[in-house]
Amino acid sequence: MWLASAPEGIGLFVPPWDEVIISLICLAITALAVAKYGVPRYLEVLDKRALAIEGGIKRAEEAEAEIAAIRAGLEGEKEAARVEAAKVREDARADAAAILAEAKTKAGEEARRIQESAQRQIDSERRSAEVSLRQDLGTLATDLAEKIVGESLKDSALASRVIDRFLADLESQTTAGKGA
Amino acid sequence: MARLWRPLLGVMDLSSISGVLAAEPGGGEGTGMHMPSIDELYPEPFWRIGTWFEFNRLDLVRLIAIGAVVLLVYLGARRTRMVPGRGQSTFELAVGFVHHQIAETAMPPAMARRYLPFIAWIFFSVLALNLTGVIPFLNVSSNALVAVPMILAVCAWIAFVAQGIRAHGAGHYFADALFPKGAPKIMYALLTPIELLSTFILRPVTLCVRLMANMIAGHFLLTAFFMMTSYLFLQASGLVKTVGILTSAASLVFVLFEIFVACLQAYIFALLTSVYIGLAKEEH
Repeated sequence: MWLASAPEGIGLFVPPWDEVIISLICLAITALAVAKYGVPRYLEVLDKRALAIEGGIKRAEEAEAEIAAIRAGLEGEKEAARVEAAKVREDARADAAAILAEAKTKAGEEARRIQESAQRQIDSERRSAEVSLRQDLGTLATDLAEKIVGESLKDSALASRVIDRFLADLESQTTAGKGA
Repeated sequence: MARLWRPLLGVMDLSSISGVLAAEPGGGEGTGMHMPSIDELYPEPFWRIGTWFEFNRLDLVRLIAIGAVVLLVYLGARRTRMVPGRGQSTFELAVGFVHHQIAETAMPPAMARRYLPFIAWIFFSVLALNLTGVIPFLNVSSNALVAVPMILAVCAWIAFVAQGIRAHGAGHYFADALFPKGAPKIMYALLTPIELLSTFILRPVTLCVRLMANMIAGHFLLTAFFMMTSYLFLQASGLVKTVGILTSAASLVFVLFEIFVACLQAYIFALLTSVYIGLAKEEH
């Protein structure tokens, strides 16, 4: 058989030197592989990832804050625009009312003015018509009387007395008519 | 070459079984069965350098395990990227397990980070050397020999004592460890020897013996079932052969059990080392 004899008793726990040396070499190799190569690379990538995640979270937060700020700005602008629109509408309504009132006033004044001037014109025309009518009436009456009385009244003195009497009668009649 | 390959095949070596067969042709029940013994852990060296350096089957198994560790770490860590590939993910999972499930459970995070290379070295060395016990054709764990467990236990001992001295100064650390505060002075006559024994002697000794004994027992367990199975199938007569089905099923179960034990022992060794280091920092 290829089996060697095993140590007995406490000998089991006393490693031979060559065993220790081979074990040390083996463990040194694993130490290099695991502790010097593997784990540092693991920690390195872990840190890098943590940094990246942290950075990502920070960036996301910043972007979120920015969006919130922009949204708040937009909201403010919208509100301002709404207020301004309301104001403009209000102003326009007020202006329209003012313009309307002014127009009404002007139109009223104009109407009154036109009416007054028309009245004045009518009055003056009536007065001139009265004057002219009175003259015409006098002339017509004279002519008529001339024709009626005719030549019998050639005496101018008589004639003017008759005329004056007639006119005085007419005058008194008119005043009586007026007085009535 | 025959001298080299025969021990390599070890307990699964058919030629050694046939050797047993040849030695006892037509042997009856029980008489032809080769049962495992402690001798198997101390095979003849197949390579000698000078008069004192010998290289045997277990050394070869050890080298294979170490080679596997180096290869796997290299494959996992050669190209570390932010978004890991499959190899790197597995590597990170394994190291992350040691980081979060072992180191950080026993120490504060910053300290766990500092000690991670050490703890991971212990964990993966022990794990790789343990697992050879269940790998076909290797079939033995070199941690069944005292050397590696002892070296690692000594390293753990140095690490926690050094941590204690660094954290509290040599005087304070040993005084606090050996003379627990708050005990009546007379009790120190009892407490100090107990503390000395438990903290500075039994800790490394139990680390070493627990691992070694588990691997020896595991080897015997598996070997016994393999041997029984091969004996029952090859040599037993008649219906007794069917018992071999039972023993081979049991072999399978115990292989799974030994995989569990291999992982568990690596975990315990690493965890206890972390706990000792953590305690050395905290102790007052």
